[in-house]
Amino acid sequence: MEKKNNWRAWLYLAPMLILMIVFIFYPLFNAFVISFYKDYQPLLNQRAAGITFTNYTFVWNNYFFKAALKNTFVLAFVSVPVSIVLSLLIAVALNSIPKVKAFFQTVFFLPYVTNGIAVGMAFAVIFNKNYGLFNAFLDWFGIEAYDWIGSTATWGRQITALMIFTIWDSLAFKILVFASGLTNIDKQYYDAAKIDAASRSTVFKRITVPLLSPLILYISITSMIGALKAYNSVIGLFGDKLGGKPRDMITIVAFVYQYRAQYANIGYYSYAAAAAVTLFLITLFFSALQAIVSRKRIHY
Amino acid sequence: MAEVFVKNEKSYKTKKILFTIGVYVFLGLVTISVLIPFYWMIITSLKTQTMIEQVPPIIFLKPNDWQINNYRMLFELVASGPRRGEPLFPFFTYMGNTILVSVITTIGTTITTILAAYAFARLTFKGRDIVFAILLSTMMIPGEIFILTNFLTVYKLGWYDIFNQTYSDAILAMTIPFMTSVFYTFYLRQTFKQIPNELYFAAKVDGTTDFQYLWKIMVPVAMPTIVTIVILNSMGAWNAYIWPQMVTAKDSYRLVSNGLRGAFTDTSTGRTDFGQQMAAAVLVTVPLLIVFFTFRKQIMRGVSRSGIKG
Repeated sequence: MEKKNNWRAWLYLAPMLILMIVFIFYPLFNAFVISFYKDYQPLLNQRAAGITFTNYTFVWNNYFFKAALKNTFVLAFVSVPVSIVLSLLIAVALNSIPKVKAFFQTVFFLPYVTNGIAVGMAFAVIFNKNYGLFNAFLDWFGIEAYDWIGSTATWGRQITALMIFTIWDSLAFKILVFASGLTNIDKQYYDAAKIDAASRSTVFKRITVPLLSPLILYISITSMIGALKAYNSVIGLFGDKLGGKPRDMITIVAFVYQYRAQYANIGYYSYAAAAAVTLFLITLFFSALQAIVSRKRIHY
Repeated sequence: MAEVFVKNEKSYKTKKILFTIGVYVFLGLVTISVLIPFYWMIITSLKTQTMIEQVPPIIFLKPNDWQINNYRMLFELVASGPRRGEPLFPFFTYMGNTILVSVITTIGTTITTILAAYAFARLTFKGRDIVFAILLSTMMIPGEIFILTNFLTVYKLGWYDIFNQTYSDAILAMTIPFMTSVFYTFYLRQTFKQIPNELYFAAKVDGTTDFQYLWKIMVPVAMPTIVTIVILNSMGAWNAYIWPQMVTAKDSYRLVSNGLRGAFTDTSTGRTDFGQQMAAAVLVTVPLLIVFFTFRKQIMRGVSRSGIKG
């Protein structure tokens, strides 16, 4: 029976495994291979002229790749921590008012179920320099009108607008996950804290955060990966130009796609692959780093 | 426990009330921030260009002043340009494509994940745990790295021909690579594992085969989870942007996200018709919201256990 089960099990797995080998494992391996090809031109001559490391040196020294690294890192390192802290606070606030929790939770979840490009375009209208809502709002506080996403916008304003949109877009999922994590915390801890007359901030720091720490780690790793591959948000807010001035807000993924799209040019596909592999290694590095750093501080 | 607070009963109560007020103010502000983009999308779509360009912006618009012209314009046929003879925003074409891609992908994904989850949950075989761990680890890899080779694979399979791509080829290219999901397999495996072993052995005694057992007992029992998977997976096609753009040779084969950006900007003047653009955005957003409010519980339950989007 054991033996019979063996081949039968593989039969059940076959549809999934075949798809995964063709569309995930082979492409992962092949991306590394392509990134070392010399003068590769995929659809015309399927063969490379040899093996080289220059694709990487080209990409790493490329002006737009450096810009993409800077944009992606700033976006990830600001928006991920901010959205985690904000969503934790919101989840805790939600948990303190159980009666109306479901209502707020539904409203806060809306950004998750909407088309990112459609909402990004709405944000673009809001950030419009001349008649946008955002400048009108700042005007109430006596702040003059700035260009946030147009051709005269500074880098700082563009990335601020992009971060506001990114945070808005990413809160929904985190609030939901943290809120359901909170309901799983044993009430005894809070009762004990009450007896000790612990303040709310102490309870938050000493009970809520430590007990949620495995979830916080998981969320910070997945949202870090998500933030490092930012692309749709840039398209939504800025369009194909990728910025107020073309490519001001280029990201690593946008860089990959730009070179991929020009596959007719010799070697461009390999540049795209080298950039994609670089992104993969960066992601791997941060996931590992987060896991190692937090291992000491996580309470399971 | 109440005695502890007797001394400061009064100050405790005031503090509690103040705290509750603070919570509501905070959540109220968050609610406004979450809703503003939706509100602005709708209200802009109901304004004329002159109303849109008014400073300071018109924040409230009486129903009498609502302009539906922007919506009407989306369906007017275009006289020139790449979309000549077609509507300005071929919503129904995109919508049809999106629904078709969504249905095919979801059927495929559901079948492959049910089969795989069953093998991982119920059957014992050599290498099960290793294979499962390897599959799980792929969830941490940014999908962008696969796209480069997948595009070439689709090309070699003959599904992407720049000059003569057929509709069915385009659909194959948009669906086949996405017919499986590690996360849903993981999610379903958890549900399958909760079904008691005794049921399996009892069925075995009755002469039920594994396959019959899966379809007649496990699938019905796990139906709530499967429904959640079906809903979450079908919503994916609404957000797909780069892959459909990449593997389709004709605009009329693409999905809703693709037609949104750029279509409303005059290439010669660079001016964007925000009214029409927002009208199109509303049309794309509404079906998703309808699905969401219909299946709110399943969607939120499924997502709260997940960690993936896109």
